[in-house]
Amino acid sequence: MTATAETEKMLTPEIEAFIEKWREKPGNLIMILHRVQEEFGYIPRQAAFEVADALNIPVAKIYGVITFYHFFKLSKPGRNQIAICMGTACYLKGGQDLIDECERILGVGLNTVTEDGEFSVEAVRCIGCCGLAPVLTVNGKVYGGVTTKQISKIIDQYDER
Amino acid sequence: MSMIEAEINGIPVSVPAGTTILDAAKKVGVKIPTLCYHSDLDAWAACGICVVKVEGSPKMLRACATAIGPGMKVLTHDPEVVEVRRTVLELILSTHPDDCLTCGRSGNCELQSLAADFGIREIPFEKRVTRIEPDTSTGTIVLNPEKCIKCGRCVLVCQQMQGVYALEFIGRGDGTRLAPAADVSLNDSPCIKCGQCSAHCPVGAIFENDQTRVVWNAIKDTSKHCVVQIAPAVRVAIGEAFGMESGELATGQLYAALRRLGFDVVFDTNFSADLTILEEGSEFVKRLTEGGVLPQITSCCPAWTDYMEKFANDFIPNFSSAKSPQQMLGAMAKSYYAEKSAVAAKDMFVVSIMPCTAKKFEVSRDDNMSSTGFQDVDVALTTRELARMIKQAGIDFAALPEEEADSLLGEYSGAGTIFGVTGGVMEAALRSAYFLITKEDLEDVNFMECRGLQGVKEAEIDIKGTKVRIAVAHQMGNVEAVLNRVREAKEKGEDVPWHFIEVMACRGGCIGGGGQPHGATDEIRMKRTAGIYTDDEKSVHRCSHHNPMITKIYEDFLGEPLGHKAHELLHTSYQERLVYKK
Repeated sequence: MTATAETEKMLTPEIEAFIEKWREKPGNLIMILHRVQEEFGYIPRQAAFEVADALNIPVAKIYGVITFYHFFKLSKPGRNQIAICMGTACYLKGGQDLIDECERILGVGLNTVTEDGEFSVEAVRCIGCCGLAPVLTVNGKVYGGVTTKQISKIIDQYDER
Repeated sequence: MSMIEAEINGIPVSVPAGTTILDAAKKVGVKIPTLCYHSDLDAWAACGICVVKVEGSPKMLRACATAIGPGMKVLTHDPEVVEVRRTVLELILSTHPDDCLTCGRSGNCELQSLAADFGIREIPFEKRVTRIEPDTSTGTIVLNPEKCIKCGRCVLVCQQMQGVYALEFIGRGDGTRLAPAADVSLNDSPCIKCGQCSAHCPVGAIFENDQTRVVWNAIKDTSKHCVVQIAPAVRVAIGEAFGMESGELATGQLYAALRRLGFDVVFDTNFSADLTILEEGSEFVKRLTEGGVLPQITSCCPAWTDYMEKFANDFIPNFSSAKSPQQMLGAMAKSYYAEKSAVAAKDMFVVSIMPCTAKKFEVSRDDNMSSTGFQDVDVALTTRELARMIKQAGIDFAALPEEEADSLLGEYSGAGTIFGVTGGVMEAALRSAYFLITKEDLEDVNFMECRGLQGVKEAEIDIKGTKVRIAVAHQMGNVEAVLNRVREAKEKGEDVPWHFIEVMACRGGCIGGGGQPHGATDEIRMKRTAGIYTDDEKSVHRCSHHNPMITKIYEDFLGEPLGHKAHELLHTSYQERLVYKK
């Protein structure tokens, strides 16, 4: 269904093998897209086209899925990904203040990458540790009970500039 | 079939099992308001305006998506239900722009009429309209997602009915918007310009690229000789815009209206449909008797041609090289008619009135469409655009005296007129192929096997011992299965399943085209179809090769079908096209 332009292949042999393994299984699209995002940090357009070709499904279906679920990203995130929880508990405990502080320090707002590609900040839904609210993660590492004062120290740990 | 006995507003109703509450209500004269529902599509239950009360159910149910059950007691209207519907409308309106006066659908917008029916005078909710720039990239269909009410019709049409998957919803919740998949421009998407999305959109979110002003200016320009042609399907539908019945033939009024608008000469695409048959029919007979590539596949539908070039280009050798009737008429106007009338082709402006948005794309789809040294057809207008021009000109369409088309490119046979319906090109081709093969005429020219709304029709025709297997497919989503059977047979080295295949992208053929007046359902498609067959039956000549003006054009100008001149002006070629170029 997708006569796409001939460009250099983006999917690695490992991802292709993964697709083969999941080809016939129900729910395969989400699993494969997870794997693609694990590789690239987001779903590049070209990768979406190649997945569509490999599974023989329309590109439209893939974009329906990746724009529906917040988890999937359409653009390349920073080398360090800061995720600030805005689930109910974290929201009430000042999640927005953490977002504002990150923005003040990094100079970019939500879902934008710093010019040097080092950091990006996103707001996420409940990450399942409401007892520690407000919570943020950096590259998957969880920081609980965060105050705005601690933010610059946390960022410094990852800053290699 | 088991019948369900139930009650709607206290009125007993008996309907086959599986009937929705919506359809059951119609049976007892109750009209439940709908907005997202369309009879062509599976109910998607997006809007919630059709809610009804069912005794014993704690919540209101959507009439479009709920089958009526035995003994069910349904209440379709009471103050509470009406209030819920009103709130649904107010919520939709709170995210919809208020620029009705300058909207292409003003006057026949489904949302606007509901707002009028419900007497909505103010919106109690905060107004939140997301600004989105319109997508005009195709030059045929304009997407204006800002006006989208997320009813889902266009997405279902594009994906389920047409199998094209150009459109999809992007995002979720109130951030959802309508967009070409992968967020590319519509022109870089798989879109085939069939315009079925625009024909099904209840509001002004998808509409045809309006080119009426270009045409007005050409008419006004005294240095231009304005030529116009009308497609077969226009004559049975345009009347709907002027209070006439669907399917009522308005050929004579159309000719008269076009003259009053100021066109210098009025031709008929039905003439060039006859010409197409001579070329395409001869091509078929040649392939069949001299061993060419089979099956031959019809090429007069530009949306189908676009689809083939993008998704099924392994069929390029099967495609008839004959141009569509629109393009043939343009080419003949700027060559043959130019010669006969002594009007130079460069001074000619050819407009075609088409039931179709893809015809706008066809006029400049490649260099072959400029076979006379000029673009053969300058502008293609849809039926809807012409209806607006007629209204702007203050012409009382229904009261017009009937006139005739101008000669040379105006006379047509019944075979030419049935090009407007599914199966019509096949039937017209068979009428002449029979003659070309046997040198005898058919006693009965009707091929009932080709007719009707069934998605794929098949038949074996006996032409005095020569068995010709045919298939007729319409509504793009039905076509892939036909192609796959041909591919399978080819792979296995078997005989081709069919010798000749007709494809039209729209349901019912051109009478259900994406540029026709809004509101087409199967009921309306059948009425328009009946109008086309009436035109066929009352024609003096029923076969293209009997049209005396066709004989004349070959004698005077073209020579013979498939001859040198015909090839130059009336035939084209195809190429692979890539989608998602970005």
